[in-house]
Amino acid sequence: MRFREVFRFAFAGLRANKLRSALTTLGILIGVGAVILLVAVGKGSGAQVQANIDKLGTNLLEVSRQAGGFGARASRNTGTQSSVSALTLADAQSLVDPVNAPDVLDEAPVVTASPTATYDGATHQIAQLVGTYPAYLTATNWQIAEGSAITDDDVNQARKVIVIGQTVATDLFGTADPVGQQVMINSVPYTVEGTLQAKGSSGLQDADDFAIAPLTTVQDSLSGFGSLSQIVVQAKSAGATTAAQNEITSILTSRHHLSATASPDFRVLNQQSLLATSSSTTHTFTVLLGAVAAISLLVGGIGITNIMLVTVTERTREIGIRKALGAPRAAILGQFLVEAVMLSLIGGALGVAAGLIGTRFTVAGVKPVIVPASIALAFAVSALIGLFFGSFPANRAAKLHPIQALRHE
Amino acid sequence: MGTQRPVIELTDIRKTYGMDGNAVHALRGVSLTVPTGDYVAIMGASGSGKSTLMNIIGCLDVPTTGRYLLDDVEVEHLSDRQLALVRNRKIGFVFQSFNLLPRTTALDNVELPLVYAGVGTTERRKRARAALELVGLSERMHHKPQELSGGQQQRVAVARALVTAPSLILADEPTGNLDSTSSSDVMALFDRLHRAGRTIVLITHEHDIAEHAERAIRLMDGQIVSDERNGERGWISEQHTVRHGSAR
Ligand SMILES: Nc1ncnc2c1ncn2[C@@H]1O[C@H](COP(=O)(O)OP(=O)(O)OP(=O)(O)O)[C@@H](O)[C@H]1O
Ligand SMILES: [Mg+2]
Repeated sequence: MRFREVFRFAFAGLRANKLRSALTTLGILIGVGAVILLVAVGKGSGAQVQANIDKLGTNLLEVSRQAGGFGARASRNTGTQSSVSALTLADAQSLVDPVNAPDVLDEAPVVTASPTATYDGATHQIAQLVGTYPAYLTATNWQIAEGSAITDDDVNQARKVIVIGQTVATDLFGTADPVGQQVMINSVPYTVEGTLQAKGSSGLQDADDFAIAPLTTVQDSLSGFGSLSQIVVQAKSAGATTAAQNEITSILTSRHHLSATASPDFRVLNQQSLLATSSSTTHTFTVLLGAVAAISLLVGGIGITNIMLVTVTERTREIGIRKALGAPRAAILGQFLVEAVMLSLIGGALGVAAGLIGTRFTVAGVKPVIVPASIALAFAVSALIGLFFGSFPANRAAKLHPIQALRHE
Repeated sequence: MGTQRPVIELTDIRKTYGMDGNAVHALRGVSLTVPTGDYVAIMGASGSGKSTLMNIIGCLDVPTTGRYLLDDVEVEHLSDRQLALVRNRKIGFVFQSFNLLPRTTALDNVELPLVYAGVGTTERRKRARAALELVGLSERMHHKPQELSGGQQQRVAVARALVTAPSLILADEPTGNLDSTSSSDVMALFDRLHRAGRTIVLITHEHDIAEHAERAIRLMDGQIVSDERNGERGWISEQHTVRHGSAR
């Protein structure tokens, strides 16, 4: 008895009940397809969050003012000295300190405004104009598309120059080249030094409705010389952000004369920790999706067991005939096992195909990213399901006495 | 006859179906010896235990008690693998109810025992065709059992039993569904196999079929009530045959 014959009998058995075989295969197909697709969607959403945060700059820390929260007011009531200090240029400069803040690479003070820009009759309200230092661009991951960035000289001499985002550029200049042109920002003429590469929109905000000018210039003509709205800090590496955050906190706490118990009047936002939080969220999401998919795979497996049980019961007479003609137990077992494994392997292969096709589409706004391990795993599991769930009824069939099996109607 | 080695040696075989309350005693102590080359007809009323006995002889069923030696080997002690080999190589069994595989052509049905014997495809085809030709079914070999008449199915079953060239042929009413022409064709086949030295045991209700055999055993209520040998002067009780056996 050769393996080829076992295979032939198994194939004939499957063909004899095409609809049933097809439905069982479908169960496994859905299970395997779901595993691959859902894991890919989870992975894709993780990648998407990562990309969004990368756009902002992963080594980025943002220091902003925090008007007295609940803790501040409580401490005021108990008479402790606490007030909301301004973030000053001196605060910003104090953060670049190789001794007290070894993990800080650079800083850029930020003031913001939302002025109206006009050029040749076209008007555009810039959602955010940032007055800052050149270091801002690297810290926040902006690339220059055309022209050049603002320079230290521009800052020192308070030159009226501006670098504009793609949305601003298109609104004011259309297809014309904006570099070197004069735009009126709240009626003050600025020279366009360069344009920024598009970042695209993240959520509802248009990241490209944006412009950068020297800090001093914006303070002169737009925001005044009050508190900074932000200090942007670049940590030395993505791994150093937490250390940098602690250093910034301790420097500013002492500069603002805050007691250890008082709630601080500033806030340090750490992009890296945001990333960690969101990636753990997407990880949970992926695991959840995977679990749902695994359950559907298991259900498919139970489907195979059920079908094999029915098949074996239905074909008990056939088993009796085969045994009476000299089929050893192994041949019977082999035939039914091969049937079960063939069902699950065909289902698995089609499931992989379906999963791969599914991942070519955007699912719920997420571009799925195929995880090769999930394909291997799903396929292996489907084969094992066939073996495992098929072996039980097959073994039961193979153990029958020929006459017992033949009497079965 | 006494010089022949026995193929089948049954000692006090009993078979009981069911439990104490409604137990059916299908065989109540059957002892029987069949020497090599014998041609035995088993007769008896319906329900007398003929098929039960035949199934036990064919290693398809096990007796409740009793000893069964097949070619001097105790069947009870054979493993599943060895039993499969015995059923495949040594015995050709024709079932009362044919037991052909449904949705499978006559040719494939006849080939089946050869598949389990490990015979290659072309050789298998050749032998299965030859066996079907022997029973006069060459034109029907690509038909499935449900497309064949009862008699044709019976002949497929006979072909399947003969295809492995077994030394022991067990046939449970092989002519039960055949008209007199086909019936005598099949019996001519058995006679030829007998002359070729095969051991044949067949069950029949009909006396003219039993006439082909050399020995007739009558069962009644699970017991052997007569055992006669067909001699020149008609049927003689086996006891006499044993006494005068050497004279034959
Ligand atoms: N599986 C079973 N369970 C219970 N009783 C059985 C079973 N098989 C057979 N019997 C009983 O055993 C007895 C002998 O049956 P068997 O099939 O050997 O008869 P038979 O001589 O072949 O009859 P027939 O000529 O009708 O084929 C009958 O009374 C039958 O009812
Ligand atoms: Mg019977």
